[in-house]
Amino acid sequence: MTTLRDVSIGEVCQIQRVLGDGELKRRIVAMGLTRGTTVRVTNVAPFGDPLELQVRGYQLSVRKDDAARIEVTL
Amino acid sequence: MTRIIALAGNPNSGKSTLFNRLTGAKQSVGNWPGVTLERKVGRLRHHPEVEIVDLPGVYSLSAYTLEERVARDYLLDAQPDCIINIVDGTNLERNLFLTTQLLELGIPVVIAINMMDLVRHQGLTIDTTLLSRNLGVPVVEISASHGTGIDQLTNAVLDAHTVPALLPYTPEQESVLAEIMHLVGTSNRWIATQVFERDQFVNPRLPHLAHVQDQLETIITTHEDALDDDAISIMAAERYTQVTNALPGPLHPTSARVLTVSDRIDQIVTHRWLALPIFAAVMFVVYYISVTTVGTYVTDYTNDVIFGNVVPNHIAVWLSDIGTAEWLSRLIVEGIIGGVGAVLGFVPQLMLLFVFLAILEDSGYMARVAFIMDRAFRHFGLSGKSFIPMLIGTGCSVPGIMASRTIENERDHKLTAMTTSFIPCGAKLAVIALISGAIFQGAWWVAPSAYFVGMAAVVLSGIILKKSVLFSGDPAPFVMELPPYHAPRPSVVLRSMWDRSWAFIRRAGTIILLATMTIWFLANVGWQSGLHFVDDLDNSFLAAMSGSIAWVFAPLGWGTWQSTAATLSGLVAKESVVGTFGVLYGVAEVSEDGAEVWGQLAASFTVLAAYSFLLFNLLCAPCFAAIGAIRREMGDGRWTAFAVAYQTIFAWTIAFIFYQVGIAIRDRAVDGWTILAATALAGIVWLLVKKPAKPRRLAVTSGVRSEVAA
Repeated sequence: MTTLRDVSIGEVCQIQRVLGDGELKRRIVAMGLTRGTTVRVTNVAPFGDPLELQVRGYQLSVRKDDAARIEVTL
Repeated sequence: MTRIIALAGNPNSGKSTLFNRLTGAKQSVGNWPGVTLERKVGRLRHHPEVEIVDLPGVYSLSAYTLEERVARDYLLDAQPDCIINIVDGTNLERNLFLTTQLLELGIPVVIAINMMDLVRHQGLTIDTTLLSRNLGVPVVEISASHGTGIDQLTNAVLDAHTVPALLPYTPEQESVLAEIMHLVGTSNRWIATQVFERDQFVNPRLPHLAHVQDQLETIITTHEDALDDDAISIMAAERYTQVTNALPGPLHPTSARVLTVSDRIDQIVTHRWLALPIFAAVMFVVYYISVTTVGTYVTDYTNDVIFGNVVPNHIAVWLSDIGTAEWLSRLIVEGIIGGVGAVLGFVPQLMLLFVFLAILEDSGYMARVAFIMDRAFRHFGLSGKSFIPMLIGTGCSVPGIMASRTIENERDHKLTAMTTSFIPCGAKLAVIALISGAIFQGAWWVAPSAYFVGMAAVVLSGIILKKSVLFSGDPAPFVMELPPYHAPRPSVVLRSMWDRSWAFIRRAGTIILLATMTIWFLANVGWQSGLHFVDDLDNSFLAAMSGSIAWVFAPLGWGTWQSTAATLSGLVAKESVVGTFGVLYGVAEVSEDGAEVWGQLAASFTVLAAYSFLLFNLLCAPCFAAIGAIRREMGDGRWTAFAVAYQTIFAWTIAFIFYQVGIAIRDRAVDGWTILAATALAGIVWLLVKKPAKPRRLAVTSGVRSEVAA
């Protein structure tokens, strides 16, 4: 299964499923990363982490470890 | 009869600015998510019968952060008469997620779409009439920073008496929620959605829940299986569908992405190769202007000329003109003006620094700093946002500690405020220069080693404290919004600067005043067959006190009353350590590095003891001004006491281990002290590698406070 972590910069994907539980998951879905949402990975921080995403018209930053818990289709 | 209005919205939506517009009250404002954790209350301008409560900025009412629980408990328990939901017009879709929850609480809602100036600037329009019809509540366009639309908003709020109609979910979801409401016996749809999400925090509100738990679980699981997803994700998707259905037309062409100015700035500023050089350049400019050049100049001027000369001289003349007793005159001039002046002398520099911080926050760059530095700081329990406080702390701990305010996670904020003063500040350089010159013949490595020790102390403390009960818990989710860049607004920058400066000045006038007066008394009063003012520090209470506690420092190798007195006087200002040695060794005037006392100091310290003295003084409780700043960030006295105690015990332990292990290596002999030191070292290693403590739930008080912000 492809996760958001595997998506290259500039690529667009659709959210399939957000794994996990608790605060992190609630925060991720509240920020708009719900099933079917289109996400573009726009950038990565200089040290290689975190990622910068374009979602629902704004910029969001998530760590790669957390992105690995978000399943996507390209 | 007072009408109560709650102001709710996402972090970064301009809520604080709107609150100030509506009430005229002053409050800190920034472009950084979550500046306001404390709730603020004020009266609506021209309508004193209407009270406005400023809720913490939240993305959702899910109760998994302190902010969210404060907001939801208030809305559920206090039942305000109306909610003003402030919404960032440039980020409508994400902001309306919270709106879908607020609309279900059974409270009238008015939506204020903020940043309409920026929306228009981007060439976009929002059909507010259509949005209002789709959501079933009044929608008002405002610009909180320009003050437009505030009258219309006020009128809409005064007229809002109807509970909004519920927005539909998918038919399947509607029937699930209806079943839940019937089963648990609630008429509140929002509570039903929380039960569906298995939110444990609503349980205390539902007395019958335990009896129907199994049936509930069946309903929820069946629905989850049907959709092959989990309840939390399903509910969020349902809400976002409500949002997309209510949106008046497409707002942001995601597929054919148009690069805004903000996007283009971001591409450069967070570019893989350019980000760090740009960051270094920005930090250099901030540091160079506010700490090195202009900052030092204004601080030196206020310290040496205004509080060192002009004020004391005028006051001294005036005091003697009105015939004040000499001791009182000395207390006022040396004790109060000297002590508080030393603290107030930082204010101009602080104001300068706060202007820079506010510019960085309001422009949106501060969020990028966290983005860029996150990876480096995460490993030892701090966040990317801890970098700026530490960097500023190399100039002066006071603004450094106060800069930690920009960290929105409470644990990270407190941890940063506690560890920032480990980084050697400008005043500690004087102590470093003294020890380096007197004992180590000015060896090149002494000063760099002090910075290395400071950084190591931050890293060690970060790891140790993160594992303690006080700071443990899931790492704060770093799911952070990167707000669009815009030109910093002078009104926001100035207000933010003033609020922070004023908070510091108030502190200087109270706690710091008392503390410096106490130290002055101790140094100038003694017991010689009666209470007397003493000319000689040797006969003062400070000397007596230092003598009686000097044994504490004996295991560190410098248990003399002189070094103890010097350390105590460091509480007023770290550079006083040098001055006190001067007084103690009978040198009238010491230069900044204390060259005049080097000889006597070298005679009374061994090399190991001198470095141990340096270690302790670098790491122990900072000066009163910095302790005051810690008090301000920690919010209460107990946390402050914990922070200062931690720093001092940590400093003692490190100096102890260093000195005893050093002695053992030098003499090739092991004694009881060596074994104690080895045990302490093992203890630190254990603290570093042990399993983290179980997290303690953050306590939330849901009491309704109703005092009015002045």
